[in-house]
Amino acid sequence: MASTLSYDIAHLIGATVLMAGFALLYQRRLFAVLNTFSFQALALAAAAAWQAHIQDAPHLYFTAAIALVFKAMIVPFALHWLVERLGIHRTVETALSIGWTMIIGVALVALSILLVLPVTAKAAALTRESLALAMSVVLLGMLMMITRRNAVTQVVGFMALENGLILAAVSAKGMPLVVEISVAFSVLVAMTLFGIFFFRIRERFDSLDLNYIETFRGDRQ
Amino acid sequence: MTQLPPMLTPILWQMVQIMLALATAPLVTGYVRWLKARLNGRRGPSPLQPYRDLYRLTQKEAVVAHSASWVFHAAPYVVFASAWLAACLIPTFTTNIFLAPAADMIALVALLALGRFWLALAGMDVGTAFGGIGASREMLIASLAEPAMLMVTFSLSLVSGTTQPAQIAAYVLGGHIGLEVSVGLALAAMVMVAIAENGRIPIDNPATHLELTMVHEAMVLEYSGRHLAMIEAASMVKLTLYMALIACLFAPWGMAQPGAGPEGVLIGMAAFLLKLGTLSTALALFETAIAKMRVFRYADFLGGALLLGLLATIFLYVSEAV
Repeated sequence: MASTLSYDIAHLIGATVLMAGFALLYQRRLFAVLNTFSFQALALAAAAAWQAHIQDAPHLYFTAAIALVFKAMIVPFALHWLVERLGIHRTVETALSIGWTMIIGVALVALSILLVLPVTAKAAALTRESLALAMSVVLLGMLMMITRRNAVTQVVGFMALENGLILAAVSAKGMPLVVEISVAFSVLVAMTLFGIFFFRIRERFDSLDLNYIETFRGDRQ
Repeated sequence: MTQLPPMLTPILWQMVQIMLALATAPLVTGYVRWLKARLNGRRGPSPLQPYRDLYRLTQKEAVVAHSASWVFHAAPYVVFASAWLAACLIPTFTTNIFLAPAADMIALVALLALGRFWLALAGMDVGTAFGGIGASREMLIASLAEPAMLMVTFSLSLVSGTTQPAQIAAYVLGGHIGLEVSVGLALAAMVMVAIAENGRIPIDNPATHLELTMVHEAMVLEYSGRHLAMIEAASMVKLTLYMALIACLFAPWGMAQPGAGPEGVLIGMAAFLLKLGTLSTALALFETAIAKMRVFRYADFLGGALLLGLLATIFLYVSEAV
């Protein structure tokens, strides 16, 4: 009974991460997107810490700390600073209306459940729900990258996708710490690269709307 | 103390509940208004003010437009009766009430829809522009909120195997449900629906008469006197009803079960009042912290509630498969 309860709590935290993924799709203001992302990372840190507790794996506390410090604080603050520095529009421009995005999001969640259940038929029954949750978070991150025009929101989508990967990693037993550290650092590197790119894109096009790049490449007449 | 025959106890508790629903409703509304005023730095009227308002309105003459038909006269009573009946169906302090077997979540949704339908009719009946716009917006909200509410109902009934609030509460109390993802999602969806249905702040502002935004107030603009009293009382009962429903479905702890003695019922009563207080405080805090939403964003908000309900059902199948 006690172990069921601890798994239930793990699933509840995982569902919170997923809900934050949906909230990211729902937001219309750039700063609200950043705050929501910060919340998602916070929930992720909680999930990692809880898994460390129930799996009795102290190195997961380290993962939680990485998520807390880097993803919940440094990355959102850096993006916040970038947005202010670059004077970007504060509204989120969407390629698809919010309502449709949400509907597709739910369809993606259903898809990931349909995928995960048969594939992991032999896995421990209780980790399957976590895997389904994590996969949904990954797909929602991708959806966010696809449906947003602004480069900053696309980056947030990428980071959300990466949150989903970490969620999957912490809920599977026996993931070595090296993987997580390398993922965390690659995210930081990516973050820096994105920052440089933002400056470059804006210098050239006076905007972070990626449509301009498409016309520049000749994709659109 | 004399023991009542077992047949009569449910009827007795039903009577108590009928009175309780009516008696607490103005207090809940008054408390929320008072707390909001406090949070805004105003002193605010006493929480008992809605009782006085209702009394004053019943004493006043009802002024009716010349163009009004019988619909306009009948609507306040239908609206009030449907809300009151719905409130009687939801177990509050005990599940051992007479109407519990008749109470069904789907019937509940239908009863609330009946009241809403009549209110919209009344809004259009007199033929003023405000009534029409209020009715059209109310129908917009209803068409989005109702599916969401039904979705929540379905996911809860899939968990517990019944659509009766009393049995769902008994099921939750029996400890058959752990902390399930679906239940959490259903709770979130339910709260969103409750906010929309009661015209609370992100959707409608209950304290304003600004024509750009008002929904509920626009429909009842033509009412006065005892008609207005009925409508106001109905909306107060509806607010309490939703709080009781959330408390009954998601936090039924303390509720007296069939067979419990008078002490159990007293505990249930105290627990119910405590839950109402908690929910009202949460509502006041939430309303103070958040801004009103544009009319065109209702669809997103309630669509979100619908999707949460859908997700709750989807995740149910994951746990079923496990």
